[in-house]
Amino acid sequence: MPERSFVFSRGLVASLTVIALPLALALWASFAGETFYVTLAARIAILGLAATGLNLALGLGGLVSLGHAAFFGIGGYVAGIVASHAVEGSSLVGLPAIGEMAYVWLLAVVAAGLYAVVMGAISLRTSGVAFIMITLAFAQMIFYLAIAWPGYGGEDGLPITVRNGFFGLRTMRPMPFFLISFGALLFGLALFAVLKASRFGAALQAARQNGVRLASLGVEPFRIRLVAFVISGMITALAGALYADLNRFVSPSMLSWHMSGELIVLVVLGGVGRLAGPLAGATLYVLLEHVLGGMTERWQFFLGLALLAVVLLGRGGLMSLLAPKGGRHG
Amino acid sequence: MSLALLVEQLLNGLQLGVMLFLMSAGLTLIFGVMGLINLAHGSFYMVGAFACAAVAAATGSFWAGLAASLAGAAAAGVLVEVAIVRRLYDRDHLDQVLATFALILIFSEGTRWLFGSFPLYLDIPPLLQGAARLPGGLQYPVYRLAVIGLGVAVALGLYLLISRTRLGMRIRAGENDREMIAALGVDIRRLNTIVFALGAALAGLAGATVGALQSVQVGMGDPVLILAFVVIVIGGIGSVRGALLGALLVGLVDTAGRFFLPRIAGLFVPPAEAGLVGSGIASMLIYVVMALILALRPKGLFASHA
Repeated sequence: MPERSFVFSRGLVASLTVIALPLALALWASFAGETFYVTLAARIAILGLAATGLNLALGLGGLVSLGHAAFFGIGGYVAGIVASHAVEGSSLVGLPAIGEMAYVWLLAVVAAGLYAVVMGAISLRTSGVAFIMITLAFAQMIFYLAIAWPGYGGEDGLPITVRNGFFGLRTMRPMPFFLISFGALLFGLALFAVLKASRFGAALQAARQNGVRLASLGVEPFRIRLVAFVISGMITALAGALYADLNRFVSPSMLSWHMSGELIVLVVLGGVGRLAGPLAGATLYVLLEHVLGGMTERWQFFLGLALLAVVLLGRGGLMSLLAPKGGRHG
Repeated sequence: MSLALLVEQLLNGLQLGVMLFLMSAGLTLIFGVMGLINLAHGSFYMVGAFACAAVAAATGSFWAGLAASLAGAAAAGVLVEVAIVRRLYDRDHLDQVLATFALILIFSEGTRWLFGSFPLYLDIPPLLQGAARLPGGLQYPVYRLAVIGLGVAVALGLYLLISRTRLGMRIRAGENDREMIAALGVDIRRLNTIVFALGAALAGLAGATVGALQSVQVGMGDPVLILAFVVIVIGGIGSVRGALLGALLVGLVDTAGRFFLPRIAGLFVPPAEAGLVGSGIASMLIYVVMALILALRPKGLFASHA
């Protein structure tokens, strides 16, 4: 069908444009000597990656998690804790503390994955509102733990004096750090695309549409959802580790429920279930924050109004403006 | 440890419990009747506290402030329901979460715009100042006793409202089957607005009464909102009876944790850090209790049929 392929190519072009945007911004800023905008582009890429992780659970699986800040923050704290031990030269409960991003990411992803297994195993027994609230509660648990634990900054947060390294690259400079973040984003997007197109992705989307029917076909929705939830949390944790290195600071606010809410906002602003949706949402969000935040201290008031308008009037988010599709979910 | 100290902690737990009940009763009713998950419920708590503080400062009367908190929160509830929330009942949970999250941003920043970033303080009315002597020689603030009394009175009032009045009958019918009672000629839209305003007023009342104990500031509703969520999940979403039981359980567990855990932590870490560590772990305690209850009963203690 020629029409179908036209829509497909338009969607692809829109996705590629959205993905190329942060890279273009960073390259332009780098040549113009505006290093601030390189860092802004890195922030877009990292928040986009975090929301892409959530999109796997939320968009494909229909799992409205209000607890993804837990994974984001776990990633952030792993980066912060490893960096602080690496500076001191002390070991980390028997593990070596190496201030190397690849190592940090591995630890972050494993830690978040373990927490996601526990969180998912309990919360996925329920659905609907109960699921939303239980995921929220699990994130709050970690939030209070981070405040209570005196060794790593407690309520004040933990500064990272020197960014973790990446195979000898000078990560303290904006451009190399942006490229690392952008690479991680591309990895996350590729993983999302592969999973979405796979048999696993088909089963996950079937579980969202009709879990009973899927079960009658011999596929247990619980296990599919749990695997998706864990992978989703791991991707968000990877973004969290990068976010801590970006800010050279990690604090309990990364774990707060406002963070979870913002991640949902990013996904919905951009387009639920769409490949480049979360990144489009993150781009819009960061630019709004930058532009409105420059004009008024109360920019979140207007963000709230804009969000209400998106929910009440628009369906399908930014990506559906760029490349409309028939159904609500892509 | 003396008996008096134990009784004091018990009363503190009760006081937190009844305040949580005021918050969660509205939340659980709104969910039960309209199927709406309302993240902005904490905003009504804040609106109530600010209305009370502003009117009390202007008139010099706490009681006028208290009336204003009820009226202000109920008015905000009606406004929000008619303008926005009404459109969300038939949407999925994702849309509801997002729209009510947006409402939080609007309420919080709007309040900061009107009142500034500094906290306001609300004085305890003269009638309720000072401490009462309880049997056993314990001195306990009169105001906190009054708060417990208020909570018990509201719980009783809600029970009578729901079980004995025509409005209560409609609320119960609405929880069972919205379409059916609409078909039977009940104006479901008006019922929705009334239930939403009632929930908002209760939250506002809670905000005003707690405002006199703590400070009145933007964002004060957030921690209470999340505790109220824990309460209604433990109690069974949609059940007012479950909300009462869950609120008392959370109130007592949280207070006990805050009292005992810092002392237990003191055995393991230096005293300077023990308070922080203990109270942090105490904050986690109720979530652990919740996870345990849900692992055993995924629908909460009193699952409603709706």
